[in-house]
Amino acid sequence: MHLDWNALGQVAAVSLGATVAVVVVFALGVLGLARPEDTRAQHALGLTQATLCFLACAAVVAYGIYLIVPQFH
Amino acid sequence: MDHITFLVAVVIVTALAFDFTNGFHDTANAMATSIATGALPPRTAVLISGVLNVVGAFLSTEVARTISGGIVDDTLVSPGMIFAGLIGAILWNLLTWLVGLPSSSSHALFGGLIGAVWVGAGSHGVNFGKVVEKVLVPAVASPVVAGVAALLATYLAYRLTDRARKDSVTQGFRIGQVASASLVSLAHGTNDAQKTMGVITLTLISAGALGHDAGPPLWVIVSAGLAIGLGTYLGGWRIIRTMGKGLTEIQSPQGFAAETASTTVILTSAHLGFALSTTQVASGSILGAGLGRRLAEVRWGVAGRMAVAWVITLPAAALVGGLAAAVVQHGGDPGTAVVALVGAALATGIVVVSRRNPVHAHNVNDAHGVSIRTEPPAKVGAAA
Repeated sequence: MHLDWNALGQVAAVSLGATVAVVVVFALGVLGLARPEDTRAQHALGLTQATLCFLACAAVVAYGIYLIVPQFH
Repeated sequence: MDHITFLVAVVIVTALAFDFTNGFHDTANAMATSIATGALPPRTAVLISGVLNVVGAFLSTEVARTISGGIVDDTLVSPGMIFAGLIGAILWNLLTWLVGLPSSSSHALFGGLIGAVWVGAGSHGVNFGKVVEKVLVPAVASPVVAGVAALLATYLAYRLTDRARKDSVTQGFRIGQVASASLVSLAHGTNDAQKTMGVITLTLISAGALGHDAGPPLWVIVSAGLAIGLGTYLGGWRIIRTMGKGLTEIQSPQGFAAETASTTVILTSAHLGFALSTTQVASGSILGAGLGRRLAEVRWGVAGRMAVAWVITLPAAALVGGLAAAVVQHGGDPGTAVVALVGAALATGIVVVSRRNPVHAHNVNDAHGVSIRTEPPAKVGAAA
């Protein structure tokens, strides 16, 4: 029996990092749209923040699809 | 087509039936939290998941070359053993569905095969080292990793959006959930449909209907994809309720965190060649998401029952598979027919019992428990 602890550790580290990163970025995006105080300038700032965050998340989703679909490799 | 004997035909039908139960058992993995938080209406959720499972089935070109990934000695496996193993897996899947317990379809399949090969070819046909490496270790590690990731992500998501407008936050995460749940469904289709394609293809090869190293014929890809897609669409509502409502009350940030954790664990493991159970990963994520939100109640009783189901899935399916293998081996074609009929009768019985207290798209979110009112009549041991 051979256990690849190295690969197991990799799965754990990458999963943990990727999950937290995606959720935090997405939460920041949501926050951009849902700030309680809302002057016009802050609104524009929030919108920019949300757009950037959601674009980053969309990129991660695209990478996920790339990983799933074998034809892309 | 004179290579297609009675036994081979029965194996193909049984494999498709297993694929179908695999689909509806696993709808919950991708969609339970989206349904629970209202991110998607129940019917829409299972439709998306079903379609993506079919798409995933067509995308996966790399069909499993081995039935079991080395857990049993594939050279000793006969179509009769595959049939017996599938019967064990199907009955276990149905029984756990009846009581609303998410359990791993892969473990059920492995268990059924291990039991059938053990009885049919002797214990040397089972590679116990591989069982530990490929089944036990990922089974323990993957839900823990997914759970920790979901816990941390949930905690941070709530901290970050603490002072934001609640309705916008809920709505934002709901939209995110649709994307993350869809990815889980697609990944599921590429993984699980190909297992059944592998089983059917290897059966055809062993019967001489296909040459060695042949890929799956188009009809195998189409039928396996449709079987898992249809199963997913019909939806294992009993399991969806347990995962979406039973473990903990899920809110949309938690659902998003849980699904993201499931997706990353599934994708990173697949990338590094770990076989794992989508069911266990998804359950671990949901539990973690429950713990990550302050004041969220986690029903440890439900979690405990799920853990017990995980532990006994493999041996229980192995027991049924072993019994079925004994009958098939000694009974020949009539024995096979008897096993098939008894299996079908038990499956029908389980479905009839489920009707007493049905769970469907309209009431899936109404309660957090699944009851059957009376004792389940299906004695797994009687399957052979």
